[in-house]
Amino acid sequence: MSDYLIKLQNINLVRQGRSILKDIQLEIRSGEIITLIGPNGAGKSSLLKLALGLIAPSSGQRICLPNLRIGYMPQKISLPETLPLSVKHFLKLAKGFQKNELFNVSRRLKIEHLLDQPMQRLSGGEQQRVLLARALLSKPELLVLDEPVQGLDVSGQSELYHLISDLKDELNCGVLMVSHDLHLVMAATDKVVCLNGHVCCEGHPQLIQQDPSYLELFGKSMPAHLAPYTHHHDHTHGEHCNHDHVNEEQNS
Amino acid sequence: MSWLIDSLLAGLLLSLMSGPLGSFIVWRRMAYFGDTLAHSALLGVTLGFVFDVNLNLAIILCAVFVALILASLQRQHFIPSDTLLGLMAHTTLAGGLVTLSQLENVRIDLNAYLFGDLLAVNRDDLVIMAIGSALVLLVLSRMWRGLLAASVSEELAQVEGYPVAKLRLMFMVLLAVVIASAMKLVGVLLITAMLIIPAAAARPFSKGPKQMAVLATLISMLAVIVGLGLSYQFDTPAGPSIVLASAFFFLISQSSYRFFVRH
Repeated sequence: MSDYLIKLQNINLVRQGRSILKDIQLEIRSGEIITLIGPNGAGKSSLLKLALGLIAPSSGQRICLPNLRIGYMPQKISLPETLPLSVKHFLKLAKGFQKNELFNVSRRLKIEHLLDQPMQRLSGGEQQRVLLARALLSKPELLVLDEPVQGLDVSGQSELYHLISDLKDELNCGVLMVSHDLHLVMAATDKVVCLNGHVCCEGHPQLIQQDPSYLELFGKSMPAHLAPYTHHHDHTHGEHCNHDHVNEEQNS
Repeated sequence: MSWLIDSLLAGLLLSLMSGPLGSFIVWRRMAYFGDTLAHSALLGVTLGFVFDVNLNLAIILCAVFVALILASLQRQHFIPSDTLLGLMAHTTLAGGLVTLSQLENVRIDLNAYLFGDLLAVNRDDLVIMAIGSALVLLVLSRMWRGLLAASVSEELAQVEGYPVAKLRLMFMVLLAVVIASAMKLVGVLLITAMLIIPAAAARPFSKGPKQMAVLATLISMLAVIVGLGLSYQFDTPAGPSIVLASAFFFLISQSSYRFFVRH
């Protein structure tokens, strides 16, 4: 196994007296795709921001390789209408990249025809491609993606997932991403981390679907019977799952 | 006549700073923040008198201090930002007015500080402003890319390695310098207008951020010339005349954009 890029140790995050994340352990390695899933308010975004170093944990440690190049693709950005900025100019704001890289990446993500457009005129899908392009410009060793396929139709989702998987192989980078869809996790994912304030369970997507705490959280297989999800956390734990329940009071 | 030329030069120097900085204020949605710092300038002046410090320096220090207090207050979650800004703006203004009333040996024309005074600018001020604007432009051009990246998305900029917190602090200091230079000419209550109106007028015709900053500077300069001319001709107060002139250019920009560009 290769060495880790970022390692989170015993991370706790408390905001305004409320525990958001409890006792998180996470290692991200090169060439590995980790997908975070979990219900709303499970702390997925907080965990992503902790990994990026944007927020500091209440306790615990984030160990990061020195000078690690991170490419971050936020869910979306809202540019003020008052700022006249073309896509090309937006991409050029990325730090430390080679000139020809801009054209390579634009061609790769099929956004060449958008380069002279103002950022504010992009559709949701176009903006996602542009944000991914910016994340790729610095040839990242770690790619962090916040719900990268949100709002795309099924074929668009699978196309983007293929692209991410290819990019991971080309760059041999680590990938950490949040998935908005609990059931449709990218096939190339090496590890799914199922989050609900604490790590409920983690493992390969195939295995995790049989995990009792996963089934308890997300139900069986596909969402044929979509219903508003409420989390009661009344399951008993098997041997491979020895967490305690932090958010019980708040969630039930 | 020479005092008119001095004021004119001061106004043009001011435009050199307020054009680009005003654009950033508009992009970062910080108009009320700028207003709050401007309100604190009167307190800066009176404290400068009390402690016998150079007034420009006192204004800058006071504005930076207020900005730091604001930043620390914003970390709690009970009171929203706009309430905090209003609270700080008027508390500092009231503090300035009360301190001023207690100064026995100093006679200040309050109106001049609140609304600007054409005659207030002297040669020393001009020299200080020239140095100030050269410094502001130099620093701003060096941090341009980072500040722009942070204005687009602070999180993205921070992940990419821009020193976001440092840039934010530097921007506040630059803003404080502009406020200190603008106070004599435009007055505490109208400084924000000097910053945001030319930038707003420049927006419809700008294709990129740099172009918008340059255009805002030119519009601001034009407003200074027209405003001071009016003030000289009709004996109107300097600050309000300049602000009205820029509002006039804003109207022209809006209506001509609708007429020529969108049709």
